[in-house]
Amino acid sequence: MKAKHQRLILALAALAALIGAGLLAASALKDEAAYFYAPADVKAKGVEPGKAIRLGGMVVKGSLRRAADGVTIHFDVTDGKARVPAIFSGIAPDLFREGSGVVAEGAFDTKGTFVATNLLAKHDERYMPRELEGMQYDEKTHQMKAGQ
Amino acid sequence: MHRFANPARFLKIARPLTGWLFWPGLSLILAGCFCGLFVTPADYLQGETVRILYIHVPAAWLGMAGWSGIAVAALMQLVWRHPLASIAGRALAAPGALFTAICLATGSIWGRPTWGTWWEWDGRMTSMLVLLFLYLGYIALANASARQGQGGVSAVTAIFGLVGAINIPIINRSVVWWNSLHQGPSITLRGSSIDGSLLWPLGLTFLGFSLLFGAIVLMRMRTLLARNKIEARMQRLARG
Repeated sequence: MKAKHQRLILALAALAALIGAGLLAASALKDEAAYFYAPADVKAKGVEPGKAIRLGGMVVKGSLRRAADGVTIHFDVTDGKARVPAIFSGIAPDLFREGSGVVAEGAFDTKGTFVATNLLAKHDERYMPRELEGMQYDEKTHQMKAGQ
Repeated sequence: MHRFANPARFLKIARPLTGWLFWPGLSLILAGCFCGLFVTPADYLQGETVRILYIHVPAAWLGMAGWSGIAVAALMQLVWRHPLASIAGRALAAPGALFTAICLATGSIWGRPTWGTWWEWDGRMTSMLVLLFLYLGYIALANASARQGQGGVSAVTAIFGLVGAINIPIINRSVVWWNSLHQGPSITLRGSSIDGSLLWPLGLTFLGFSLLFGAIVLMRMRTLLARNKIEARMQRLARG
């Protein structure tokens, strides 16, 4: 065997071991590296009240209510599987709205309401001009089409 | 590839190619930025901030492509002992680091109005920051372990370049594997969820920045080769 081939095999073996190690590490990190809990994760695993977490999902349409004090908002967060009520006092980001993604930082109270101390708006992967607002990206045809 | 083991033959092609990449690249960037700023409509949700994508996306691509190039060059250096591979690896590092930094900075500027935060430790942002640190580590290691009269990187730097490549698929998959604040992939092999009216200038800047990147790498390779030549001549003179 030529030295060149020996080096090639050595390099490829090292590369395969590295990729294996990387994938193992990534899958082990799967839960730890998650940036937020989805409502279904909260329901399935249970998060003790008072533990600081991030809760991420969509703001349920029609659930957004503004309290009488003008700065407190109530809304529900969903991931399509479960639904969690949340409350926040303060200034929400401009892109925070019903039907849009949100990541809330805070903790659950004893009654199961998520008390957010900070809100982040999560933008999704759809980009379109204003004229097309309300249209949906069709996964099958890869075209924009009229939404609900 | 081994045809270019001779630097003279490489230079004969690299010299005119640099200009052929640089000027069309610059024109495409200017055209793409102009169209992206003044011609395309604003996004329905993000408004005008969407326009940063015409810089952010090419920068992210080149940051990752730069390291992929470093890994390929490292493999060619370690296995085939190609004389230009170590020069190419070193030439790729600085522009790769620069575009990674541009990607992080533009992303941060976009994140403030869109998400409501300059920085969050989510999977995509953290892995991209790790890429910047890898670049800085690679440059430091290359400078520290360079041998006199050799413009390229040492074997240990090449191994570092190969090992660091594991971060590239992690960056790419980070928004799929983990819940992240950064949105999922908009442009996939199956199509784009960015509407065509917003998408087309991205093609111009994407190609433009890629050509410019190629031109910068070629310029740096030529510089390193010229330095080698000077070093060799000085040593010959010193020996008398």
